[in-house]
Amino acid sequence: MIAQSRWTPYWQAAPMTLVFAVFFIVPLIATFVVSFWEYNQYSIQPAMTGENYTEIFDGCIAGLPELCTIFKTYLSTLKFAAIVWALTLVIGFTIAYFLVFHIRTLTMQIILALVCTIPFLTSNVIRMISWIPLLGRNGLVNQALLGLGITDQPLDWLLYSNFSVVLAFVHLNTVFMIIPLLNSMFRIDKSLIEAAYDTGASGWQTLVNVVIPLSKTGIAIGSIFVITIVMGDYITIGVMGGQQIASVGKIIQVQTNFLQFPLAAANAVLLLVTVLSMILLLTRIVDIRKEL
Amino acid sequence: MDRRPASFYWLAAFFCVFVLFLYGPTLTIMVLSFQGPQGGLTFPMNGVSLHWFYQLFEGIGVVDIGSALVNSLKLGLLTMAITVVASVMAGLAFRRNFKGSGFLFYTAIASLIVPSIVVSLGIALEFRIADDTINAIGDAYEVEWIWDNFTTLMGLFSSGLGAHLTWTFPFGLLIMFAVFNRFNPAFEEAARDLGATPWQTFRHVVLPIIVPSVFGVALFGFTLSWDEIARSSQAVGSDNTLPITLRGLTTTVTTPAIYALGTLTTAISLAVIITSLVAVMIVQRRRKRHGSDAGKGMV
Repeated sequence: MIAQSRWTPYWQAAPMTLVFAVFFIVPLIATFVVSFWEYNQYSIQPAMTGENYTEIFDGCIAGLPELCTIFKTYLSTLKFAAIVWALTLVIGFTIAYFLVFHIRTLTMQIILALVCTIPFLTSNVIRMISWIPLLGRNGLVNQALLGLGITDQPLDWLLYSNFSVVLAFVHLNTVFMIIPLLNSMFRIDKSLIEAAYDTGASGWQTLVNVVIPLSKTGIAIGSIFVITIVMGDYITIGVMGGQQIASVGKIIQVQTNFLQFPLAAANAVLLLVTVLSMILLLTRIVDIRKEL
Repeated sequence: MDRRPASFYWLAAFFCVFVLFLYGPTLTIMVLSFQGPQGGLTFPMNGVSLHWFYQLFEGIGVVDIGSALVNSLKLGLLTMAITVVASVMAGLAFRRNFKGSGFLFYTAIASLIVPSIVVSLGIALEFRIADDTINAIGDAYEVEWIWDNFTTLMGLFSSGLGAHLTWTFPFGLLIMFAVFNRFNPAFEEAARDLGATPWQTFRHVVLPIIVPSVFGVALFGFTLSWDEIARSSQAVGSDNTLPITLRGLTTTVTTPAIYALGTLTTAISLAVIITSLVAVMIVQRRRKRHGSDAGKGMV
């Protein structure tokens, strides 16, 4: 028998490690470092200043009780995250529950799971703009509402509004809830469900006392995905909000475009800290690695 | 077969509505992209034509769609190739204990969930600092080559490629984890006992077993790169990819040409998805025909 060298795993893991080091870890460190740098219109210079951070929170204490821009923006983004999280959780759970407990053959389960996943592999931007012919002023929804006499004027809050932003978030990201939930639910021993029914539990009681607790990991992983995506988003909010709605990600993007790199970096650090604390709370509930 | 409970029909109806919600809008713009030359962004259809596809190839506005398309194709294929090789290798590595395996795993997970704008900005900063450093070296040592030739390290196939890999690697690694967690090492041991070298064992035993998942990794590698926008937006330098171009067009183009571009992009994604699925199916079929008859009883 030819024994593999004990160095084998190291060179096998090397390419991935190297890419992550150069394009993920060093960039994160660079962001952290630059958040303490100075800048002018032309360049950024090494320094050790907290000015970028004080500028972010500028007027936050002086302006009380009125909320300052950064708090307002975080509040608005958190609001989106909460609404989208609740919707994707309910929809994702229902879909996953149907596929696991009501579809009887594995082949059919795989096919239907693929049906839910395939749109994830097509372009997000296109899936966003595809709402235009439906929700626009002269779109299908307004045509239908007018035709049925439900309204006498086209609704203009359907597109480029908070509504369309939430709709697009749910449209694009429910898959991130479905897949982890499918993974958790497939592991539930079917005899547990039968046992619940046999001992007289109603369908609802079985759901609440058996299925939901056993799907906890899937719920947590899905929630991490959905919440971090919404918290850092600037594209969906940009396109579907008609570039009118503020978001944390958008602040960073705009500052980058104006070459205010240290300021953008400070905002990125703030966003990262926020998101990581939210995840930390969620991972208290689960050990992700055990689930693969 | 016993009767379905009433809840089945409610949930089935819910599922159908969800599928309609997923696919309906995309189908709508696919139909509208064949709008007649006089047609607008919404229904009704004003005749049927390929007018807007022609428009697309003649160029809309100042934007060079052709080069964006080629850029995205090249970047997608390269990202796919690197993702497949690196993920399979890392997947093999994770089957044994090595120092730093936990760190690499959590880095991959972090790369998946750290907001894309942060990664994108970080890469842009890193390359900016590198550029400044090289220019400073050029000035300090009066290196003429740097003065004459150097502009930036940033580009589609340096920072852009890296940005895409941070997005595709986690998916690749998770897929490989799923495979190798269910992989029976007895096959490899048998191969080794019969005198196969590690490479032969991999090539003739391991690879054929994992090949459907390798197609899966390739599929994710290409499509995720092909549609990627949030991570590359600050990190591709002066060249543009198709999704970035497309997002720019959403604010300026008000004709069905943008739907035509959407149809075209989605068609390419779907072609790749279907090809991969068919490839996986063919492999499974062949396996059934040629595979072991264990568990099938005496025939």
